[in-house]
Amino acid sequence: MQRQPLDRDQRIALLADMLLIRAFEERIVQMAHEKGRLPGMQITCMGQEAVAAGVVRALAPDDVVVTNHRSHGHLLARGVDPGALMAEIMGKQDGLNRGKSGTLHLADPSRNVLMTSTVVGAAPPLAVGAAFAQHYRGEANATCVFFGDGAAAEGSVHEAMNLAAVWRLPVLFVCESNCWAGAQAHKEHCPIGEIARRAGSYAMPGVMADGNAVEQVHDAARDLLGHVRAGRGPALLECHTYRMRGHGEHDPQHYVDKAELALWAERDPIALHAEALRRAGLLEPDAAERLRQIATAAVDAAVAFADASPYPPAAEALDHLYVNPLPPLAKEG
Amino acid sequence: MPVKSTGQAIAEALALAMDRDENVFLAGEGIGTSIHVNPHLPTFGLLERFGPRRVRDTPVSEAAIAGLAVGASCMGLRPVVEIMFFPFITLASDMLVNHAAKLRYLSGGLSAFPLTVRVKSGVFSAGCQHSHHLEAWLAHAPGLKVAYPSNPADAKGLLLSAIFDPDPVVVVEDMPLYWSIHGEVPEGDARVPLGQARVAREGGDATLATYGGAVHVALAAAEALAAEGVSLEVIDLRSLVPLDTAAVFASVRKTGRFLALHDATRFCGFGAELCATVAEACFGELTSPPCRIAAPDIPVPFTPAQEAFYKPSADQVTQAVRRMVRG
Ligand SMILES: Cc1ncc(C[n+]2csc(CCOP(=O)(O)OP(=O)(O)O)c2C)c(N)n1
Ligand SMILES: [Mg+2]
Repeated sequence: MQRQPLDRDQRIALLADMLLIRAFEERIVQMAHEKGRLPGMQITCMGQEAVAAGVVRALAPDDVVVTNHRSHGHLLARGVDPGALMAEIMGKQDGLNRGKSGTLHLADPSRNVLMTSTVVGAAPPLAVGAAFAQHYRGEANATCVFFGDGAAAEGSVHEAMNLAAVWRLPVLFVCESNCWAGAQAHKEHCPIGEIARRAGSYAMPGVMADGNAVEQVHDAARDLLGHVRAGRGPALLECHTYRMRGHGEHDPQHYVDKAELALWAERDPIALHAEALRRAGLLEPDAAERLRQIATAAVDAAVAFADASPYPPAAEALDHLYVNPLPPLAKEG
Repeated sequence: MPVKSTGQAIAEALALAMDRDENVFLAGEGIGTSIHVNPHLPTFGLLERFGPRRVRDTPVSEAAIAGLAVGASCMGLRPVVEIMFFPFITLASDMLVNHAAKLRYLSGGLSAFPLTVRVKSGVFSAGCQHSHHLEAWLAHAPGLKVAYPSNPADAKGLLLSAIFDPDPVVVVEDMPLYWSIHGEVPEGDARVPLGQARVAREGGDATLATYGGAVHVALAAAEALAAEGVSLEVIDLRSLVPLDTAAVFASVRKTGRFLALHDATRFCGFGAELCATVAEACFGELTSPPCRIAAPDIPVPFTPAQEAFYKPSADQVTQAVRRMVRG
């Protein structure tokens, strides 16, 4: 398969995406530790920015994204408004989902971020349904689903891959293999080590990419999407990366080997890509810093927008359950 | 008697059961190595104490965890498995509802399934895929027993009974109680039998039956009502299956009024079963219709004010009791 080499703007866009995600997640981390600032637990994709940017930039606008609990990066890379995302995380009225979702169940159908499930392993079967709809209508689009390495131990993921394969549905399964599932190390739940190798049992292509090398992720995603779009059925991309924070900010990472963490810090996806661009002569010395400032300003604006938004009224809890709400029950007396 | 948190009391029951019976083992997600460092979590320190042969961290695989319990229990072990949060019990439900609950029956009484499932419940700002009170689902499956403790002594005692019960028991643990509710806990093998309710507060004007964390809401309401001269009897059911109807009926015959309270949603909630049971048995003695106080029929909302709107409050209880008592 012949793939177009990326031009300068595309390569810089990958950097800008990662910088925005990083700035956003850094702010979430900061606010998570300010008492009363954010409701609930805060789960970030810190360190995994290259997967979000690399995969999502390979998608067409009409492709569909289904994702999991670690989804901020996927949404931001998809162009979801950071202000609406931040407001949602705060549970505000101008949030993406009017405060119904919070950080864990985000959806932005306007960007084809169809749905999120925080039930581990649920996203892949949901994606099979979305891909079925695309296939059924004869569309040329694909559905991209993100799930964790831990999720691959759920039976639902097997069922989803098998069904997608026997029906040749256009699903790109993307496993963000970040070395952890909660406090459980990869080898404790994954006997084969590489989840990509499971693709063979569904007769679909499986590729293992360096999840901290954004262009490698991007190229692999483009290649596999080519296969998927050609009607040849699903594909599996495993991105080997590292969860740089705890499972969430409530997790002090006491079980993590600090030397291992330091090794991965050396392989920071943003620094690696910036360095590659610099070496290729595509990035002026202060350009990365300028891009970082733009990202920070976008996050500042997002926080200001979210802070200015009110909380939705309490009684709105009753809304949005049905399209066609139930008639009220007759009252006694 | 030593004072312990609910979480510590549960940990004590788990350790005691493992000490007493080599057939007892634990399995679940993060029960050995956890992301949390919290001595009030029931499995805290158990891996260090009992080792990885008996304290088993599993992959994220609820169906396999529940299946493990069913298969191992049929072989004579006494599995105690944990489902991390209540909504995830749906992933385990085939093994529990179609197998744990039915296989003894299907065997014509030849097999037994002495397994325990511990499941963490509660509303904690994570939204409805982490919080969903599904106890009525479980109680509706003949073959399962369901316990739902409200305090440290009961949490320990009911769990011990569950572990040594010959049948499958689901013990629902209201997670916020782990650290928020402390109390005296009898030492040793102090079992609380399944199916024996407890009068948490005596009263003469109305009977309220509830379980789990809602017991504390009921007690707060009873306290407020007492200041107004209304005396509410609070019954902590402790287990839903078996259900101590005798204790409920005795109280209703005394007060003539009945309310059911739970954090689960109202429609087809366990309160419906309670009200129906009371109405059938005590119709002639009731001076007002039975009443349910429950969450509205919506998923648990995320944003804080809506989450509070969801959860039945002591205020709602006092209002309902006042309406009932004052007519
Ligand atoms: C069905 C289900 N079981 C358990 C959980 C609790 N849980 C949330 S995230 C997680 C670990 C998931 O690991 P992985 O899939 O690798 O994703 P990561 O968090 O590493 O991105 C667990 C066990 C859940 N949300 N859903
Ligand atoms: Mg993982």
